[in-house]
Amino acid sequence: MKTDYEVNIGLEIHAELKTKTKIFCSCKNSFGDKPNTNVCPVCIGLPGTLPVTNKQAVILAIRAGLALGSRISPHLLFDRKHYFYPDLPKAYQISQDKLPLCIGGGIKLDSGKFVRFNHIHLEEDAGKLIHDTFTDQTFIDYNRGGVPLIECVTEVDLSSAEETVEFLTKLRQTLIFADVANCKMEQAGMRCDVNLSVKKHGSSELGTKVEMKNLNSFKSVYGAIKYEMNRQIEELEKGGKIVQETRKWDETKEITTSMRKKEESKDYRYMPEPDFISINISPKDIDKIRNTLPMMPEERFKKYTEEYGLPEQDANLLISEKDYSDYFDNCLKLFFEPKTVANWIMTDLLKLLKSANFNTLEDIISEEYLCIILKLLADKKITRPVAKELFEKTIQTKNNPLEIAKTEKMLSTISSEQICKIVDQIIAEKPELKSEYKVQPDKITNFIVGGVMKQTQGKADATFIKDYVSKIMN
Amino acid sequence: MEFANLSLTEIIELIQNRKVTATELVSYYISRIQKFKAKNAVLEVFDDALLIAKEKDDFAKSNSTLPLLHGIPVLIKDNISYKGHRLTCASKFLENYVAPYNATVIQKLIDAGAIILGRTNMDEFAMGGSTENSAFGVAKNALDDSRVSGGSSGGSACATALGLACFTLGSDTGGSIRQPSSFNGVVGLKPTYGRVSRYGLVAFASSLDQIGPITKTAEDTAIVMNIIAGNDEKDLTSSQINVPDFTHKLGNNISGLVFGIPTEILNLIKKTKYFDKYQKLFNYINSQGGILKEVNIPHYEMSLPVYYVLAPAEAASNLGRFDGIKYTKRDESAYSIDEIYSFSRTKYFGEEVKRRIMLGNFVLSSGYYDAYYMKAKTIKNLLKTEVTKALDECDVILMPTTFGEAFKIGEKSTDPVSMYAEDMFTIFANLTELPSISIPFDKGVSGLPLGLQILGRHFDEETIISVADYFQKNYKEKA
Repeated sequence: MKTDYEVNIGLEIHAELKTKTKIFCSCKNSFGDKPNTNVCPVCIGLPGTLPVTNKQAVILAIRAGLALGSRISPHLLFDRKHYFYPDLPKAYQISQDKLPLCIGGGIKLDSGKFVRFNHIHLEEDAGKLIHDTFTDQTFIDYNRGGVPLIECVTEVDLSSAEETVEFLTKLRQTLIFADVANCKMEQAGMRCDVNLSVKKHGSSELGTKVEMKNLNSFKSVYGAIKYEMNRQIEELEKGGKIVQETRKWDETKEITTSMRKKEESKDYRYMPEPDFISINISPKDIDKIRNTLPMMPEERFKKYTEEYGLPEQDANLLISEKDYSDYFDNCLKLFFEPKTVANWIMTDLLKLLKSANFNTLEDIISEEYLCIILKLLADKKITRPVAKELFEKTIQTKNNPLEIAKTEKMLSTISSEQICKIVDQIIAEKPELKSEYKVQPDKITNFIVGGVMKQTQGKADATFIKDYVSKIMN
Repeated sequence: MEFANLSLTEIIELIQNRKVTATELVSYYISRIQKFKAKNAVLEVFDDALLIAKEKDDFAKSNSTLPLLHGIPVLIKDNISYKGHRLTCASKFLENYVAPYNATVIQKLIDAGAIILGRTNMDEFAMGGSTENSAFGVAKNALDDSRVSGGSSGGSACATALGLACFTLGSDTGGSIRQPSSFNGVVGLKPTYGRVSRYGLVAFASSLDQIGPITKTAEDTAIVMNIIAGNDEKDLTSSQINVPDFTHKLGNNISGLVFGIPTEILNLIKKTKYFDKYQKLFNYINSQGGILKEVNIPHYEMSLPVYYVLAPAEAASNLGRFDGIKYTKRDESAYSIDEIYSFSRTKYFGEEVKRRIMLGNFVLSSGYYDAYYMKAKTIKNLLKTEVTKALDECDVILMPTTFGEAFKIGEKSTDPVSMYAEDMFTIFANLTELPSISIPFDKGVSGLPLGLQILGRHFDEETIISVADYFQKNYKEKA
C-alpha cells in the first residue's frame, strides 16, 4: 500500500436483539425453526394489521445505548422506510430516521483512539429469501421478519482493517455483556456494512465512498477492507476516479464486485409511522434500565486483577466470553477462591467446552456442583486426583458430587493425626531415611508420600505429608 | 313482515321480544338484496349467514336473555377483515383474498350477537367519492338510478337506505361515511380519531381512517357505537379515554346549546343554491333556544390541499404491500421480481388508486418531503389548534356535508380535481380528528336529500348524536 494515502471507514452494524418475541407482534424470536412457523398476520403484513411495540425490544435497545455511552432520546418515534423486495412484506420497514433512540456514544480502542457512534436506532428485520438452484425457484421465509434489530452507525473514524476488526470485536463483546444481543454472525445475528474511501494525506475532504453490504464475518470485513482500499488506491494512482457505488464481497474469490451505482440508489421515501403515537422516555425510565445493565468487560477486568489479584492473562481469558465471566462470578458467590476457580475454568472446563458438545460452561457442570468439589478439596476431604475423578463422574452422571463422593466412598476418612502416625511408623521402620534425607530430601520425601498413599489408598493429602516430613526431618 | 323501513332500535325490540327470528331477518334481507341487485350496493352475501342465523335461533330457544345485537344482520364495507371471508377492497388485486382474522369491530359485533351478512361495494381501497372507482361496477344511489351513491362507502350507505340490513359499517378517511350517507338520506358517523379500533380495517391513510356506523337514525348510531367503540391493545392509535353510554344524552333538547358556524364555511354556503335552507335551519335552532355563533377557522381553505398531500402519501405507503408476491393477484407474464411488481400493480390497481400512489410517492420523495409532506403536517396541526379554540366558544359546529344532492353517474369521473373538491366539507373532521355526524335535513332541487354535518369536540360523540337525534325527530324539513 502506498503510504501517502489514508483510509476512512464508517460502519453500519446490525445486531438482532435477544427478545423472546418479535418487535411488533407476539411471534417467537427464534433462529433455525421450520420456515414460516413463527409468523402471524401482523409480521407478514396482512391487510388491516397494525403493529404493537414490544417493550422488551425498546429496553434492550436503550440498554445497548447506555452500554455504549449514548444519550437516550426523550421520545420513541418510528418511521417507515420504503422499498420493494419480497422479504419485506409491507414494502416498508418500520425503522427510525428522524429521531433515533440512542444518539452518540462510542468505543475506545486499545490504542486510546475513540471511535464515535453517530447514533443507534431500533428497527425490524426482514425475512429471508431461499433460492433453490435445482428447481430455479425462490422461497421466502418470514420467520426473521419483525425480529428486533439495532443498527449502530459510526462516524467515519476508523482507518484500517485491523482497527475495524478490533472495533467490531469490542462492540460485539459489549453487546453480549450488556445482555442485549447474542451477535451470532454465523446466524446473521450481527451483520456489518462498511463504507470506505481513501484520500491523500493532508487532503481535507473525504474521498468518494464505496459501500460494502452485509459482511457476515470479521474475516470478510477484514478481507473486504484490505482488498477495497488497495483497489481504490491503485485506481487513483492510475489516474482513475472512484465511483460512488455499492460493492459486493466475494468470499471465495476474495474480491469486491460492483452491485449498484449511485444513480441506481434507492430513495427510501421516509415518513413518520402513523400507526404509532410517540412514547415519552423519562430519565427515571432510563435510570431503571441503567440499573439492570450487567457489569461491562473493562469493569470486570479491573475487578479481577485489582480486587481478586488474578494475573492479567487470566482476567483477559475470563472476560473474552460473557459465559466464562458470568460462570466465574457465579462460582465466587459460592466459593470465594478466585485463583482456584479461575484455574479450573481455564484448564478443565475450557478444554471440555472446546472438545465436547457443550454450548456453555454451565452445560458441562453447574456452578453449584463445581463449587461443591472445590470445597471438598479445600477442606481436604478429597485429594486432587480424587477431585478430578469426582469432577468427571459428576459430568457423566449429572448427579450431586457430594452424593457421588459419599456413595463411592471417595471422601477421605484419614485424619492428620493418622497420617502423622503412618509417617512416624515408616521412619521408625527405616531409621536410615533420616540420614539419607539430608543428601536427597526430595527423593526421600516422595518415598514417604508413596508409602502413606499406599497405606491409605491415595486418600491422604500429599502436601500435608510433605509439610510434616520436612518438619520432622529438620 | 316488512323490515326495510324499521330502524335498528325497532328491530332489536322485535327480536328481543321473540316477535321475529334471526332466520326470518336474514332471509328477508337476502331476498331484498336480490331484489335490489341492480343497485350494485352489495358485492357478496356470505353463504354462512343463514347457518349462523339458525344457530342464533337455537341459542334463543335455550336462553332467556339475549345479547344486544342478537340475530341482527349487518353489512360491512369490503375493507374490513372478517375471518374466513373474502375481502377485496373492491379491487381486482385482492379479488381472491380471504381474510384469516377478524377486525376488532367485527369481533365486537359478533360478540354482541350480530350476524355479518355480507360485504358492500366501495371505491377501490376507499379512494373516491362516488363508488365509480369500484373494480366491480358503480353502486347506484338508493333513490335515483342515474345518480351516484357517493363514496367511498357508497354500497354501505345505499344498503342502509334501501333496508338491505339493519345497519352497515363504513370507513371514513375524508368523508367516506358522511358524504354517501348524505347522498342516500341516512345517518353516518365518523367517530373521533382513536375512538374505534382500526385493527382489521385495510389502511388507506392511517392517521385519518376511522370505522363508523351508517344507520337510519341517530339513535341507532348510538346503539352501534356502544358496541364498537373503545380502546384496543391491537391498535396503538386507539384512545384509552373512557367510553360513555352514547345513548345517554338522547332526548336532551338543544336549548342553551351553542352552535358554531365558521365564517369561512358560511361564505362557502352563501355561494351555493341552498343558502336559504341553512338560514331556515338556523332560524329553527334559534326558535328552540339554541344559540348560533360565528366562529373562525382562518386556515380552513387549506384543508383540501393538506388532505391531498397527506392522504396520498400514507396511501402510497400502505398500498406497497399489494405487490403480486404474496396474497394478491400476480400478472403471470412477469418474469423478474421487478416485473412482478410493475406488471401486477399496473394491471390490477385502478386508475384513481394509481394516481394517488404516484402523488403520494412524489410528495414523499427525497427533496420534496419537507416542501409538501412536512408542511401539510404543520398545517394539519394548525387546523386542529384553530378548531379546538373555536370549540371553546361553542358546543358543536355545523356545516354542510356536501355542496348539493348526489351527482349524476359519470358527471365528475373524468375530472379528478372537481371530484376532490367534493370533499371540501368532510375532510376537515378527519384532519382535525373530530367526531362528525351527517344527517339528512332537507331536500335539494331534484328532491334528493341534503346532508347536514354536526361536528363535536374530541371524544364528544354523545352531544352530536343527541343533536342529530333532536333534529331528526323535530325538524320537519327533513328529507
